[in-house]
Amino acid sequence: MVGSISVVGAGLAVIGAGIGIGQIGGHAMDAIARQPEASGKITTTMLIAAALVEGVALFGVVVSLIK
Amino acid sequence: MVNKINTSGTNKLVLAIIFTFISFLNGFAQAHETDTTHHGAVGHVEGVAPHDAHNEHNPDAPVDIAKIAFEHILDSHSWHFWGEHNDAVSVPLPVILKTENGLVMFSSSAFHHDHDAKVVAEVNGQRFVNFNEDIYVASAQPNGLTGQYLTFATNEKKETAIQNVKPLDFSITKNVVQLFISALVLILLFTSVARSYKKHGVTTAPKGKQSFLEILIVFVRDDLAKGNIGARGEKFTPYLLTVFFIILINNIFGLIPISANLTGNIAFTLVLSVFTLMLTVFNGNKNYWGHIFTPHAPKALWIILIPIEIIGIFTKPFALMIRLFANISAGHIIIISLVGLIFMFKSLLIAPVAVGFALFIDVLEVLVAVLQAYIFTLLTALFIGSAVADHNGDGQHDSDDEKLVAEGHH
Repeated sequence: MVGSISVVGAGLAVIGAGIGIGQIGGHAMDAIARQPEASGKITTTMLIAAALVEGVALFGVVVSLIK
Repeated sequence: MVNKINTSGTNKLVLAIIFTFISFLNGFAQAHETDTTHHGAVGHVEGVAPHDAHNEHNPDAPVDIAKIAFEHILDSHSWHFWGEHNDAVSVPLPVILKTENGLVMFSSSAFHHDHDAKVVAEVNGQRFVNFNEDIYVASAQPNGLTGQYLTFATNEKKETAIQNVKPLDFSITKNVVQLFISALVLILLFTSVARSYKKHGVTTAPKGKQSFLEILIVFVRDDLAKGNIGARGEKFTPYLLTVFFIILINNIFGLIPISANLTGNIAFTLVLSVFTLMLTVFNGNKNYWGHIFTPHAPKALWIILIPIEIIGIFTKPFALMIRLFANISAGHIIIISLVGLIFMFKSLLIAPVAVGFALFIDVLEVLVAVLQAYIFTLLTALFIGSAVADHNGDGQHDSDDEKLVAEGHH
């Protein structure tokens, strides 16, 4: 086995981030399709939510990389 | 009376040009470096160099990208530009240690670029070694096994620990210098903008950097401070502005190749989140503490809810700290790893792919830099807002406030 197994934890955390941010992006696209004039607000909200989800995923990455 | 900010077409064009220029510059720096051959000492590519501790100029030794990446995101006692070992071009920074015999100060050039505890710096009769940028008091004799001036001890659980004394380290390290630099840049920028406000007033059209900064400042003041804290937002606007701009400028600095990674240092983000914690704790009004110690739930649930609420006071700033640190450090590691792929495969063919990916990630990192500054400030404003929330303005936590909250008032 190459490398340490803790990095597998990092990979799993990133799966969570991928799913989460993908959902956020998908719903944002639906919302913009329904109401194009609100696309500015929707995009801003999407970016904020994505940053928060990414923060959580990075907790997992940091913990797996600590030692 | 609202002062509308004129984000004219020219402003947007200037921003777009600056943005493109920065991302192009980063990509250009990487593309330029991949043209050189990779025998031994190559110029620093985004801070990457084949840095073999044991093989001085061995082109066939495997390149340890993880070690290189960590060397670039961690703090250091000298500001390393390029080169390795004795050819290294770096600026030695002052080392300030507090030992039992008092304060000791010397230049880190006493270590002669050694990070492996093999070179002893003798100062005022005291001997120190640098082991991976941690400074220890040197052992009298070099270790028989590795030649390092450190004594290791293995306990029953087969964990090795260093037995040498570690003095308190107050050195001016790379990150400290970076903090001074960014503080200086911020002071110069904002005092000059303030001076032009003083000279020309607030109703004339802004010129130059004032027009760029005004967008950001008014955004933080109106949308973040007033939007989330309400009427008392004015009191906290200076702190929010400081936090926003210092994180933004250090994030941007961190993306420049030969620079320090300050916002990716957990001690820096820890301090910022401690400030946020102090602000929420010391500005919390009766509403706030009431919600924590007497939450709005059936009394039977209080036995679980109150500990959760108390822990929640600390987890929110903790999340702020980890989010900023991890986002920025992870971004730097990714960029270094992508460019390091070229050195790992030792082939120019991988260069277009690696540089392309790295350029893409670099642009994303610029977005992340701005976004993380915004998120930190937004969440700080939200926490402060929830601490000073006074829904009907009478300073009392009573049923009037509850009715307003239930109706959806902020």
